[in-house]
Amino acid sequence: MRQHPEGPRGPAEVVDGNAIAGSLRALLETDATVVVVECAHCGASAPMATAVVEVDERAAIVRCRGCTRTLFTVLRHDERVELRIAAVASLSTPPA
Amino acid sequence: MSAPRWMPARVAEAVPSTAHARVLRLAVPGWPGNLPGQHLDVRLTAEDGYQAERSYSIASSGPGELVELAVDEVVDGEVSHYLVRVVEPGDAMEVKGPLGAYFVWDAGDPSPVQLVAGGSGIVPLLAMLRARVAGGVGGPFRLLYSVRSAADAMYRDEIDALASGDIEVTWAYTRAAPDGWGGRVGRLGPTEVAAATWPPDQKPLTYVCGPTGFVEAAADALVAAGHDPLRVRTERFGGR
Repeated sequence: MRQHPEGPRGPAEVVDGNAIAGSLRALLETDATVVVVECAHCGASAPMATAVVEVDERAAIVRCRGCTRTLFTVLRHDERVELRIAAVASLSTPPA
Repeated sequence: MSAPRWMPARVAEAVPSTAHARVLRLAVPGWPGNLPGQHLDVRLTAEDGYQAERSYSIASSGPGELVELAVDEVVDGEVSHYLVRVVEPGDAMEVKGPLGAYFVWDAGDPSPVQLVAGGSGIVPLLAMLRARVAGGVGGPFRLLYSVRSAADAMYRDEIDALASGDIEVTWAYTRAAPDGWGGRVGRLGPTEVAAATWPPDQKPLTYVCGPTGFVEAAADALVAAGHDPLRVRTERFGGR
C-alpha cells in the first residue's frame, strides 16, 4: 500500500509507472483530434486536428501550422504504431 | 469509451451521386453510432494480402448500423476508384470508427452555424444539416456550397429540399452556372464569402471542409472579416 503524500507542499513520493495510470487514462482515451498540442519551438498551442500532416502508407509527419516544425511522427509497421516525438512541449486534454 | 477497432462491414447500397462520385451505405454490425461530422477509416484487403486504408467522412449520424459515406473519385486514387467504380452491394471491407471529436456539431449548442463546403467537403456538413433538420433543435444554419457546376454537386436535390426557414443555402459555381443563374461564376473570394455567411457579431460556429486550398482561402477570409479563429473549424481533404 503506498502512502499518500503529505499534501500539496509535502515531499514528492517516488513510486512506479502504475501510479500515473489513472491520470494518463484521461489523455490516452481522448480522441486525438481534440488533444491540445503545444509546439516546443514556437509555443503555439492548438487542437491536433488543426496541425499540418504529411501522410503516406508508412508514416505521418505532423507539423506545427504556425512555424512548420515537426511536432511528431507516426510510423506504422503492420498493426503496430510508433510515435516519435520531436518538438512537442506538451499534450493536454481539451478545455472542458 | 473503448478505442475503435476494425469492424467488418458490407456494402448494402451503392448509388451514383455525380458522374465521379457515389453514395455508399455500409452495414456495420455493432456500429456504435456517430456524431454529425465524424469520420471513419476504411481498410480494403486484396486477395494477395495488400492493404490500403483511407479516411472518409460520414454523411449520416445517430444510432443505427447503417453508415452512409459519399466518395468522390480522386485522380490516381486507388481506394476512391475502387469505391466509386468497382465495389458492389454485398462486397466486404473493414471500417474503424467513429473517429474525430473536433469537427463535430453538438445539437445542444444554440449558436448559429455556418457551413462552408467545397466539392466533396459537403459530406460531414450534410450530416450536420440532416441532424439539425431531424432533431429540430439547435440554432439557424447557413450553408455556402462551392461546386464546379450544378452537375458536380453531391446531394444537390436533398440540399435544395432542405433549404427553408432556419436553413439558408447559397450555391457558388466555379466553372459553369446553371441556366438562368444571375450570380457570378468563379472561385469564392472574400466578398462572396462575407455576403453568404453570418456576420462576425452573430458569433457563429463555422465548419469549413473541402480541398486544402479551398479551406485555407475560406478560413482566411472568415478570420480576416473578424471571425474568432477558435470558432472556425476546418477539415482539409488534401489536394490543392
